[in-house]
Amino acid sequence: MRSLIKHLGLATLLATAMPAQAHKLWLLPSHTAVSEPQWITVDASISNEIFGFERAYPVDGVEVTGPDGKPAAVDHVTQMHTRSVFDVELEQEGSYRIAVAKPGYFLMYEVDGERKRGRGNDVDKMLAELPKNASNVKLMEVHNRLETFVTLGAPNKTALEPTGKGLELEMLTHPNDLYAGETTRWRLLVDGKPAPELKVELVPGGTRYRDSQEDWSVTSDKKGLVEITWPSAGRYFLEIGTSDDKATHKKAEQRRLQYLGTFEVLPM
Amino acid sequence: MRVLTTLCLALLASHSLATSFNVEVEVPRLRVAEYHAPYVAFWVENPDRSTIVPLGLWYDDQEKWLKDIRQWWRRTGRGQSKPYDGLTGATRPPGSHSVDFGELDALKALPAGDYELVVEAAREVGGREVLRLPFSWPADQAQNQTVNGSNELGRVTLTITP
Repeated sequence: MRSLIKHLGLATLLATAMPAQAHKLWLLPSHTAVSEPQWITVDASISNEIFGFERAYPVDGVEVTGPDGKPAAVDHVTQMHTRSVFDVELEQEGSYRIAVAKPGYFLMYEVDGERKRGRGNDVDKMLAELPKNASNVKLMEVHNRLETFVTLGAPNKTALEPTGKGLELEMLTHPNDLYAGETTRWRLLVDGKPAPELKVELVPGGTRYRDSQEDWSVTSDKKGLVEITWPSAGRYFLEIGTSDDKATHKKAEQRRLQYLGTFEVLPM
Repeated sequence: MRVLTTLCLALLASHSLATSFNVEVEVPRLRVAEYHAPYVAFWVENPDRSTIVPLGLWYDDQEKWLKDIRQWWRRTGRGQSKPYDGLTGATRPPGSHSVDFGELDALKALPAGDYELVVEAAREVGGREVLRLPFSWPADQAQNQTVNGSNELGRVTLTITP
């Protein structure tokens, strides 16, 4: 286990969520709606507090899709102690999807009756480095999709197209067109198909300044649809989780899916 | 006169020896996806807060979350370091828990006056709540106070028995 930790690196270990994990993973854009071409900046962290930096979430796999559906410019990808950061150039009018969605793996096994676990992105290396006498080896595939959206000028939906892989949101309401008191309709998808009966948990930002989480949840209906009414302006953390047996790696029995979105709601 | 003085001294002595300062705290059972037992702090303060007496702390050795017991942290916690003052122990699971602070020297040495017992709970990825129970010191007669919390604390009862 110790050598596994050393080889995989602490950041990678922290990056990959295990089931029922205690911390929230999030991206936080400096702006979500701008009126002239510019650079914006995005933070990525793992924390209890929304949105307080605690541990850096690695963003080397960040993908920014521009309004034309093509990759947009990213600069200064940096991992610091308590957060990662990168800049995104908004050059063309329209909406950008910012996503970090690299799959990770969670490994459980026993050595001489003692339970061990490991986490990382390089599954083949993880398996190769298993101790020879490891027993009860269980591999879980973990897909965490962190997303946020930013728009220059009028919003468009090209970059919002679901990829058809893992847990995603079909944005019936544009994520950069959210206003306090209004109701948003989104559809939950797993591998591009509607995902019914999944719980969507929401936490308003600023937990440091109040005495309760003020979180709430909505559940997707038979068609995978959810309706979210935003109580007030501000930034919200959204979390959805599920699991199934559709792992792509042949040795993984289970696939854990999480969608972690940050959305900004403006005052009416 | 001498008799009276002796009597007073005797009374004082009995206070400092035998007064029970019992606090019963209900940690509520909460239906949440991720539950951690709350960190709970106890202290005594007078109305202008010129006297602050830390009585106890329930926490799980993770100093990282101590600042989230915000009032305790401000009034006394941030000026302390491990081991924290008073009766400390691990967090308690949901249910009713009783602790007697009567034997603490700091409480025995508390000057006469009106005070509040403050009980503050803070839960990781949960909320925070502060309850206040007034009392007079020293206790010439039994005192009993009950306050009901609304989220992070249930019923909290202070029973002082001279």
